[in-house]
Amino acid sequence: MSYWVRTLSRVLYVDLARKRYWVEDREDLFSRWLGGIGVAAQLYKEEVPRGADPLSPENAIIFAVGPLTGVFPMASKTVAVFKSPLNGYFAESHAGGRSALAIRFAGYGAIVIRGVSERPVYLVIEHDRVRFRDASALWGVRSAETVGRILREITPGAGMRSILRIGGAGEKLVRYAMVMVETFRHFGRMGLGAVFGSKKLKAIVVAPEKVYRFPDMRRYRDIYKKIYDLAKGPKTKKYHDLGTAENVLVLNAIGALPTKNFSSGRFDAAEEISGEALVENVLARRVACSACPVACIHLAAIREEYEDERFMYKTEFISYDYEPIYALGTNLGVRDRFGLLKLFKAVEDWGLDAISTGVILAWATEALERGLITKSETLVDLKWGDWRGYMAAIENIVSQPNEFYKVLAMGVEEAARRYGGEDFAMAFNRIEPAGYLTGPLFFISLAIGFRHSHLDSGAYSLDQKIFSLGERLPSPREAVQRIIEEEAWRQILTSLVLCLFARGVYDENLVSEALRSLGYDYSPEDLKRLGREIYFEKQRLKWEEGFRASGLRIPRRIIETPTPLGRISREYLEEALKEFDNIIKRSSSM
Amino acid sequence: MLACSRRLGFAGYEKSAIKVRSAGGVERGFTVIVCRACLDPPCARVCPEDALIPRPGGGVLLKPERCNGCGHCAEACDIGAIWMDEETGKPIICVYCGYCAQFCPHKVIRLQEVEVVCHTG
Repeated sequence: MSYWVRTLSRVLYVDLARKRYWVEDREDLFSRWLGGIGVAAQLYKEEVPRGADPLSPENAIIFAVGPLTGVFPMASKTVAVFKSPLNGYFAESHAGGRSALAIRFAGYGAIVIRGVSERPVYLVIEHDRVRFRDASALWGVRSAETVGRILREITPGAGMRSILRIGGAGEKLVRYAMVMVETFRHFGRMGLGAVFGSKKLKAIVVAPEKVYRFPDMRRYRDIYKKIYDLAKGPKTKKYHDLGTAENVLVLNAIGALPTKNFSSGRFDAAEEISGEALVENVLARRVACSACPVACIHLAAIREEYEDERFMYKTEFISYDYEPIYALGTNLGVRDRFGLLKLFKAVEDWGLDAISTGVILAWATEALERGLITKSETLVDLKWGDWRGYMAAIENIVSQPNEFYKVLAMGVEEAARRYGGEDFAMAFNRIEPAGYLTGPLFFISLAIGFRHSHLDSGAYSLDQKIFSLGERLPSPREAVQRIIEEEAWRQILTSLVLCLFARGVYDENLVSEALRSLGYDYSPEDLKRLGREIYFEKQRLKWEEGFRASGLRIPRRIIETPTPLGRISREYLEEALKEFDNIIKRSSSM
Repeated sequence: MLACSRRLGFAGYEKSAIKVRSAGGVERGFTVIVCRACLDPPCARVCPEDALIPRPGGGVLLKPERCNGCGHCAEACDIGAIWMDEETGKPIICVYCGYCAQFCPHKVIRLQEVEVVCHTG
């Protein structure tokens, strides 16, 4: 195998219980499974025993990067793999910032974190050592942002290091707590923050100081330039101009913008919180992850007068994207831009996943409206659009002052099981959905995906294509096949590891060419085959733990609310999920 | 930084002659640190081995074979634009090639020809 694989194959193992670390050469994995999700899934298979409790010492946290990390444009993401405390299955989450380049240039292809620390701890990872530092003074600091500020002052590697940490939500084991990366990037979905919290792991600092010589400089530089120019061009325009917030008006126009707990696909105040309005009124800065020429991260300024002192002002910054606009905006009926940004800031500080939080609050609002719960449970008024009430509720999810909020901290599935309202408890395989009311393919994809991100398979876009071309719905079997095919290819992108916003730039020929410049030999067909293998490896990890798509609860709400493709039929969804199970079953018996 | 390292044939940050740091959190913006090509460079004056040679028009050239790796140059640079290469033990000095500017997608840095009237020598 090539020299480049060897530079990537060092896996750092960290045992939090015994405070020990060591490095193993895992060329076996990196030469077979590329890197990123391909390798992380294999490490998960080795590390996490079947039946393990996600919040017990048996769960492991695995981070992985890939062969293109840090050397090609938009190869800027780190893959995290762990057992999700929200649904108890193999789960995956991706984040950028500086994390991927920091891990790669600290000298590692992957990091495996095992066990539970007796005391709060944070890790400082450098290329030749790992320090276990006492985090007692940081434990209880509820704002993830503040934790980052403190660590910036006392750890090495300024300008290049990555700082991963949890806020109060992770410490309190809120099942959808996130891990914040640098500022404004996150391992958001699936509850990695709670797994950090269960391990008493407050933060990880990774300081990069290694360099690697390119095997074939001329070839590499040529292909680099080609990709760089493509990455700056029209294929990423959506992300650098308005950013993902562009979707607000696009989806609203076709009636696919989830509003007030998915009861409608249109929000009457979409204009006020659209990507266009945010650029016009609050956009303060755009920044990028390391190695990315696109700079999709849109930061808004929140200018605010002190509550009790006139003419005393402060200005804070917060990132925005389509998903939080949906989850904490349209889905909660919030039309006030200032209030919306304050909600973003609240979930950011406490360290919560914005999507899950918004969906859970939407359920709570409706449950209160229908009298399934009362103010003695919610403690504050929850009314569509009343962002102040939601601010208080978000704090309560973290501080958990009563039984109700303890249950809310477990996710919407658990909340509905306890208090009722399953018909409008929006979750697929116990995970609150991303924000697309585009049609049935999107919901099928959520039910069978790993990240429960819209980017798992991009099925919202398949729905939108069917709609815009005026096509007939594919058969349930064909729908599932299309989703799997797209998601299988994305396994290659996330093994390299590329940002999925680069998917329009990197086709199979370009990926093959980029890898070749580093000494790898994969034809486009090899890559496609490997993508399918990785996909089914991952599905089998869930299958072996008892996951069956056909048994999943389908919230009644999604078959009642019309989508651009009409009302979704329950039979269609059930048929598709059955087909999916058959496909996985066949692949498992092979 | 990645472009500068790449120019020398390396993946990573450590060989770069240009550094970017956040000004205390990304929301406060970034500082690009790069040699500003002083006309009378203090780094050259403190070099005990005359390994840094002032260039006409500003800045310095490194003669690596003369350098003893003492690091005085890095200390003498108040803007912090010189740092030591851990591998070679010698300073990393910007050669003003402008390669980085070709890969700055937002045109924050650029290569510019300047006319300098020389008063010294």
